[in-house]
Amino acid sequence: MKAITDQDYLSETKGKSERALLDSAFIARDERRAQLIERAFGFLCLIATFLPLCILAFLIGDTVISGLQRINLAFILGFPSRFAASAGIFPALVGTFYLMTLTMTIALPLGVASAIYLEEYAKDSWFKRLIELNVTNLAGVPSIIFGLLGLELFVRILGLGQSLMAGALTLSLLILPVVITATREALKSVPNNLREAGLALGGSKVSVILRVVLPLSMSQITTGAILAIARAIGESAPLIVIGAATYLAFIPTDLLSEFSALPLQIFQWVERPQADFVDNASGAIVVLLLVLAIFNATAAWLRHRQEKNRGSL
Amino acid sequence: MKQHATSTMITNNLSVRYGNHLAVDNVSLTIKSGQVTAIIGPSGCGKSTFIRSLNRMHDFIDDVKVEGAILLDGVDIYAPGVDAVSIRRRVGMVFQKPNPFPHMSILQNVLSGFSFTRKKAIKRKEEIAEKALKSAALFDEVKDRLHAPSGALSGGQQQRLCIARALAMEPEVLLLDEPCSALDPISTARIEDLINVLRTNYAIVIVTHNMQQAARVSQVTAYFLSGKLIEIDETKKLFTNPSDQRTEDYITGKFG
Repeated sequence: MKAITDQDYLSETKGKSERALLDSAFIARDERRAQLIERAFGFLCLIATFLPLCILAFLIGDTVISGLQRINLAFILGFPSRFAASAGIFPALVGTFYLMTLTMTIALPLGVASAIYLEEYAKDSWFKRLIELNVTNLAGVPSIIFGLLGLELFVRILGLGQSLMAGALTLSLLILPVVITATREALKSVPNNLREAGLALGGSKVSVILRVVLPLSMSQITTGAILAIARAIGESAPLIVIGAATYLAFIPTDLLSEFSALPLQIFQWVERPQADFVDNASGAIVVLLLVLAIFNATAAWLRHRQEKNRGSL
Repeated sequence: MKQHATSTMITNNLSVRYGNHLAVDNVSLTIKSGQVTAIIGPSGCGKSTFIRSLNRMHDFIDDVKVEGAILLDGVDIYAPGVDAVSIRRRVGMVFQKPNPFPHMSILQNVLSGFSFTRKKAIKRKEEIAEKALKSAALFDEVKDRLHAPSGALSGGQQQRLCIARALAMEPEVLLLDEPCSALDPISTARIEDLINVLRTNYAIVIVTHNMQQAARVSQVTAYFLSGKLIEIDETKKLFTNPSDQRTEDYITGKFG
């Protein structure tokens, strides 16, 4: 009886261990499969990252190669011409700089003031939520719509014509939501106990905003503003809609002058049937990319400096 | 130095509401100059809310309603027409967490109160700063680096800088909202010594979680519970022979 029981027990355990072995084999297979999926997924993601990067690198490389041969002093300082070889980008380059300066001058004070109102003054009400909703929605409106608005409001109703001022106002509207949002984030990052410290010392709300909140958020605001302006630099659609010049033989002299801008110049040259003009467009693109790179580098540097400065907060 | 000896603050049936929540419930007490009034009580008993109503710091928070009166030298600071900014200049405040302005130097921090006001062209700035830093027992530690950023100081030094900043404005009343809760024991001891020295010239109110601290620094102690003032008495008497059972339960550690 006992022996049989032992026998049974043995065979049973044997069967058990066999099953366990089998089980562990299955488990191992499952693990291998899981690992394989893991790796394959990572690899797919890697490809998904690299494919667009490669295409982008190819595009930029191609543009730079055909553009660099055109870039020289005569190209930078030259005026448009019917002949590709003697055409330059000077009016467009100057126009872009004027446009950016002017857009910044309009959008920065407006945007910062709106953000200060929303962050520091507005009480939570339907009115504040309405403004917030609009700011968020405006950020998603296609730029060509802003162009149409600019055409109607600034060019026609206000009678500014196809001028530098009309262009700058239109681009200001375009980047205003971005400036407002960036500034609000910057203001939010100033700890409330510093506001309280200022108020408890007998500071008025205005003086605390001017002497504590803004100085502490200024570099973050500037970073946001630079990124916003970098977006505006590359815009062509709204400028085309308001009727900015693509062929301009002079430098804009005042706010109501006609103007051109780099993206418009590029657009106009790309449309030409002659291959030489496409090289010109490449050259202008390289210049535009350089300007953008300078802006972005400045923004990155400012952000870095701000992180260092605010380590003690 | 101005004469502050007569400055007193009296709260008459003071109640503070956050929306529907009654945080301070019908509190009447007197804060005298030349002594330290400690406010103790468990978390959420309304002691911070109470002290913040003494210099109108609630003005900036939506939904806070202050009822009753707070008299500063006989004038209700919540009366219509009273300028809250001028009240805050007379009633200085130091907060729980040291909060020097990180973008200003030590010297700029001490004088920051003046930069908020229109009296920017004050004379003898260095003199004022030196006096305030000496009053806050910080001068010797920072005199060689007045232009260093305030972040270079330790937590305790930063808190004394905040006290110096408040003292530079020559307030009559000094409110301390748990000024040592973020500090180590040595820094705490230095600030307690400082409070002891300062009390001769100011009416000082200190909110504290720490009963030993209240016993060490104050002459009068008020015990708050659920927004109500349970008992206010001389500190010695309140801690040795409280007249209310609830106070005794708290100071003997039965709860809280």
